[in-house]
Amino acid sequence: MAYINHETVAKKLSVRRLKNNLWKNVFLLALLLALAALVILGYRMISQGTAYLNWEFLQNFSSRFPEKAGVHAALIGSIAMLAIVAPVSLFLGVGAAIYLEEYAKKNKFTQFIQMNISNLAGVPSIVFGLLGLTIFVRMLGMGKSILAAGLTMSLLILPVVIVAAQEAIRAVPDHLREASFGMGATKWQTIYKVVLPSAIPGILTGGILALSRAIGETAPLVVIGIPVIVQFLPTGILSEFTALPMLIFDWAKRPQEEFQYVAAAGILVLMILLIFMNSIAVWIRNKFQKRY
Amino acid sequence: MVRAFDEVIEMNKEKDVQVISQQQAKSVFETTRLNLWYGETHALKDIHLTISENEVTAIIGPSGCGKSTYLKTLNRMVELVPSVRTSGEIKYRDENILSKHYQVEHLRTKVGMVFQKPNPFPKSIYDNIAYGPRIHGIRNKKILDQIVEKSLRDAAIWDEVKDRLHENAYGLSGGQQQRICIARCLAIEPDVILMDEPTSALDPISTLKVEELIQQLKANYSIVIVTHNMQQAARISDKTAFFLNGEVVEFDVTNKIFTNPHDKRTEDYVSGRFG
Repeated sequence: MAYINHETVAKKLSVRRLKNNLWKNVFLLALLLALAALVILGYRMISQGTAYLNWEFLQNFSSRFPEKAGVHAALIGSIAMLAIVAPVSLFLGVGAAIYLEEYAKKNKFTQFIQMNISNLAGVPSIVFGLLGLTIFVRMLGMGKSILAAGLTMSLLILPVVIVAAQEAIRAVPDHLREASFGMGATKWQTIYKVVLPSAIPGILTGGILALSRAIGETAPLVVIGIPVIVQFLPTGILSEFTALPMLIFDWAKRPQEEFQYVAAAGILVLMILLIFMNSIAVWIRNKFQKRY
Repeated sequence: MVRAFDEVIEMNKEKDVQVISQQQAKSVFETTRLNLWYGETHALKDIHLTISENEVTAIIGPSGCGKSTYLKTLNRMVELVPSVRTSGEIKYRDENILSKHYQVEHLRTKVGMVFQKPNPFPKSIYDNIAYGPRIHGIRNKKILDQIVEKSLRDAAIWDEVKDRLHENAYGLSGGQQQRICIARCLAIEPDVILMDEPTSALDPISTLKVEELIQQLKANYSIVIVTHNMQQAARISDKTAFFLNGEVVEFDVTNKIFTNPHDKRTEDYVSGRFG
């Protein structure tokens, strides 16, 4: 009967407890290292950038004099691009996710599509840049416009939006769908009135995180050939423009030391924009959750 | 008259249904030679069953005997499982609901359902009850108000929730949630109510309340209830069907099933010798 030798157990217990504590500290260390990197990054950005960050910095166009340089065109350009990316990627992404989760039969073919969507999320952004250059800029003749860049960015974040929306839709319990069908609701009524309201916080969280990625991406814009020095504001979706990461990239590679600080100020503007967007995500999420 | 004539022909064709069709009450559902498969699994075998108007019909049987599957076939909810195939016929008020041309949304408006686990929507009590009328196109606030009040009164929960209609239904107890679900079902003014083990997740007092409610609802609705609890079937039902391995072993007046069953297997089951 003595499969468990209680003496041996007692003897080995101290080792087990030691391991227990050791792992806890390993995980704590991982967290602290990540935090340290974040703090250093934040400190450098703020200490270098704040000197140049003022109202005029937001009002000025690009310049070869560091004290006259500003982000006006790039800030407006980035926001304008976002105005294309947000509706296009959310509509296509959520639509595709609804189809895959609610309508598509679960067979080998949908599994294949599913696998490819996940893989697409891992494709380097520069490849999407080449796609955008070939299709939007050249084939469809959109030029280096806000529309071309916005559509390229939409394609780039589409897989991420689809996967996030799918997860949010899948998390809606089946018994809610059954309750709706059981009262004679059609599939669309069930999706619109039951599934989407429950899934929207998750969809928006994933969606806005993806948009944050789109606003910070540089490589596709470089490939498309978005100019850096732009001395005018965009007038429509087909006009040329520049974006914040392009400008920061340009400043950071200039030889004058002052431009490093200008670049830091540009990064601060980008960060503030991102924090603002994430706050909107949190606000929308809370608003929708309060309704229940 | 034509209908009655059809019935006679039907009876001659199907000797098995004869016993049941002779009952006087008007029938709501007539199931003839129903077979159902989940992929390769033969879940319902040659079912013949008649559900009568304004009666409580209980379906009992051990787990996996097909009783829930049969219930879900009556409003075609079983089709939510992709691999389901059926053959045979279920006539609801003389129309074959298994026909491809029968509109399932129409059926589910006439045949409401209450589920095993209370499943209110994560919305206010009011919006839960108004859900059904709204999807069927009622927008008028006054009419919705009236439907909500009447449904909640009929489900015997109005007094408990009338001051908190706009609070989330998730804040209610399990028993209250289940009665909200019954009220939500009544709001679409169904003809038949299907109940799939409606009290299995509830405590004894809530169970008693739901059972009392079922007794009251019988006057206006036909009710089919699946239950694991044999005492419950004996207490509330007029007729009882005993399912075993996908077949109807015996279907008769509840009293007879529990006191003087025809089949040995029914006797073994209701006396607790297996299941």
